[in-house]
Amino acid sequence: MNKYVPLTLEEQDYMLNKIGVDSIDDLFSDIPLNIKRQDPLKINESMSEIEVRQWMKKLSDKNANLEDYTSFLGAGSYDHYIPSIVRHIASRSEFYTSYTPYQPEISQGTLQYIFEFQSMMAELTGMDVINASMYDGATATAEGAMMAVRSVNRNKIIASGTMNPEILKVLETYCHFREIELEIIPVKNGKTDFEYFNQMNQDVAAVIVQNPNFYGIIEEMDEIVVKAHENKSLVVMNVDPISLGLIKSPGEYGADIVVGEGQSLGIPQSFGGPYLGFIGATQKLMRKMPGRICGLTEDIEGKRGFVLTLQAREQHIRREKATSNICSNQSLCSLMAVVYLSTMGKSGIKEVAEQCITKANYAMNTLIETGLFKKAFDGPIFKEFTLVSSIDPKVINEALLNNQMIGPLSLGKYGDDLSHHVIFAITEKRSKQEIDAMVQVIREVAK
Amino acid sequence: MRHGNQLIIELSKEGRKGYSLPKNDIENLSADELIPEKMKRNTQPDLPEVYEVDVIRHYTNLSNKNYGVDTGFYPLGSCTMKYNPKINEDMAALDGFSKTHPYQPLSTVQGSLELLHDLGLKLSEITGMASFSLQPAAGAQGELVGLMIIKKYHEERKDFKRKKIIVPDSAHGTNPASATAVGYDIIEVKSDKDGGVDIEALKNALDDEVAGLMLTNPSTLGLFEKNITEVSRLVHEAGGLVYYDGANLNAIMGICRPGDMGFDIVHLNLHKTFTTPHGGGGPGAGPVGVREDLVEYLPVPIIEKKDNLYWLNDEKPKSIGRVMHFYGQFGVLVRAYTYILTMGAEGLRRVSEAAVLNANYLQSQLKEHFHLPVDAFCKHEFVLNGTDGLSDVRTLDIAKRMLDYGIHPPTVYFPLIIDEALMIEPTETESLETLDQFVQVMLKIKKEMEENPELLKQAPISTVVRRLDEVKAARKPVVKW
Repeated sequence: MNKYVPLTLEEQDYMLNKIGVDSIDDLFSDIPLNIKRQDPLKINESMSEIEVRQWMKKLSDKNANLEDYTSFLGAGSYDHYIPSIVRHIASRSEFYTSYTPYQPEISQGTLQYIFEFQSMMAELTGMDVINASMYDGATATAEGAMMAVRSVNRNKIIASGTMNPEILKVLETYCHFREIELEIIPVKNGKTDFEYFNQMNQDVAAVIVQNPNFYGIIEEMDEIVVKAHENKSLVVMNVDPISLGLIKSPGEYGADIVVGEGQSLGIPQSFGGPYLGFIGATQKLMRKMPGRICGLTEDIEGKRGFVLTLQAREQHIRREKATSNICSNQSLCSLMAVVYLSTMGKSGIKEVAEQCITKANYAMNTLIETGLFKKAFDGPIFKEFTLVSSIDPKVINEALLNNQMIGPLSLGKYGDDLSHHVIFAITEKRSKQEIDAMVQVIREVAK
Repeated sequence: MRHGNQLIIELSKEGRKGYSLPKNDIENLSADELIPEKMKRNTQPDLPEVYEVDVIRHYTNLSNKNYGVDTGFYPLGSCTMKYNPKINEDMAALDGFSKTHPYQPLSTVQGSLELLHDLGLKLSEITGMASFSLQPAAGAQGELVGLMIIKKYHEERKDFKRKKIIVPDSAHGTNPASATAVGYDIIEVKSDKDGGVDIEALKNALDDEVAGLMLTNPSTLGLFEKNITEVSRLVHEAGGLVYYDGANLNAIMGICRPGDMGFDIVHLNLHKTFTTPHGGGGPGAGPVGVREDLVEYLPVPIIEKKDNLYWLNDEKPKSIGRVMHFYGQFGVLVRAYTYILTMGAEGLRRVSEAAVLNANYLQSQLKEHFHLPVDAFCKHEFVLNGTDGLSDVRTLDIAKRMLDYGIHPPTVYFPLIIDEALMIEPTETESLETLDQFVQVMLKIKKEMEENPELLKQAPISTVVRRLDEVKAARKPVVKW
């Protein structure tokens, strides 16, 4: 007997009798003997709740957590402030124990927050339509590329080399197996090399650019959009939603498709997942979108309600002709984002962005003033910046770790010429005092 | 009621706010001067201006318009809507797991890596595979990864003519959609009269252009594929690989294993069999396991152990590549791991036994009253024809009427090979009393169907909204405020 299975032995006998068999084994008589197991699985024996807790606590205590350590690390996962109420709402089991809202009459809770998520993200990004969410920012980017290929009937994607290298790798995997040609636009001084666009040809379905880019620089998007559109190619922008409190939105730039990672919007860092990919587009491309979309409608009495809509694009209807094989979304993570965005609201999202940009610039200036770092690239930054260190980044990060700090990302693994490049991330959570303390540790190392 | 019937934006009032941030202590820099004019946002997003109580009441009231496993019976076939243990949630929320950055120094995340490594070993043993990647974010991405591995395997053998994937007509829609997403053509084979793979049809479909076969076992009809070893032998003989869609693993844990049936690649749905919550549509997790000679194709990074230290190996030349930004849905994996610790080997076997017993009991009670197209012992689920031509009442109407009785309806109109399908999966976490109540409701609805069909066509009548106009929603889509 166990606590999640209510079946008693008496009930078991009663039910077997009703079915008309003698034993549970009889119900498995259709399984050929040669593949039936006689021995138990070689995994653990069952554990009591107390034992499970002790086991798990022991594992989790082997990690350093960001409650105890101060983080200066970003590159796709960020230590932003998460209001308490986010966890409280996301812990309501009416939300988290429900399935996909295929029965809309008893799923209005899920459907309405998805509609609100779509609305808030459409506001932030300036796009006409955002779907109900994707696995993460990297796969959303790959889906954006495939959507572009479908939409314009060309088979080549060009993606900026200033994008996060891991996102590029995911894009590479998806393109390889889908047999889409992928070319990487060279990097020039930390930005997308504009020269490259002069050799762009008619095969290009879309240009993908991340803004702010991997190195933290805000890209010159205006020119890129003009060039791409002259070539009748689509523009796919990968954006940090937090930056949109201040920075021009993809909609304002004239982008056709927007993708990105929404972890910054109230979702725990949780060692890399689950996160919140998002994808959106102009009205014109709405029916080419992958994944779920929630729409407004009314019931037979004229009462406002919400349903999943445009399902004729999806796999459960279209099977091999679907726009994507995706058949879930990161619903619970989108709920966290919707609670976050409601809580922060119009002024909060701007204030977070302002604190990020001022604190990041302060940290950058202070680090450069030590004489131990120089700027890797020119250009305006948002919450991340890349420096070239005169000290081995490994030494810096060890010293910071000894002082309960998680240091910047070292770029050594991305190329030998980058062995002394580091990317710092500074969010609104970092105080001047924390930044000064971090700089002080590095000064000490240099002595 | 002010909260819950409006959109959150409709509660907005200028000047209200629901957050508090520390005062910005950087005084000599201004955000406005740090961004070039042409890169500045021109119009502010129309986000709500509400205070904390508004947000709490609004979303609490929305949650009350939802139905979850914690609300009541949820016999949604193919989805395994079992109870989601609460300790799983607590463990995933531990600071050491939820508050860590994926790129922290390896020495500071050894606990997480050990957990993932151990979970991979346990899943390998449960399924009989050589090794697992825990990265795929969902069942559909697991399929995508599995198909990429199939494609890579043939590419490495320089066998470039294999362009076809065989899928039975009873398969989940994701199977063909995933195969298309990696550039394969689909060959659909018909099922035999018992809903199994038609061996003759399979033989006819097999040739040297077939890359592989995708199969769910037990099938989407809830029936075990008796000829499974023959099926896998035939596909292997033709040079193809056999892919296991793990949607229905809940029926066979500890009893038999996909690896022993001849499957080469397996994906699991941790949100089905391993009790992680469905979350209103996600996040789930779809780990992929493979046989020994396919291990080198698994997505990077791979967790390895060297000198008592776990580390992430990105340098795998034959890998299909990276498929997620980081390491998959870690928080979901923590929950599944917690569940396996709790259950142990005996517990998991008991889960499958009870799931199958519950399904057969329900089937035995309902088949006297509803048409059961394939009358055999089922595994964890079974499929009825809901209407049987008694009136013009449709299966959809039965489902909607069930809402009035406070039960989540079974899956309807799937699998496609059964008319007016009603696919029922009770799971092992439901009691005999609940099953009996469900039978009573089904009988009541059957009676209503005969005596007052109009009632069913009007249903539901007691829900917060009645039937919604889906045609209107799709014709002129309104997808934001």
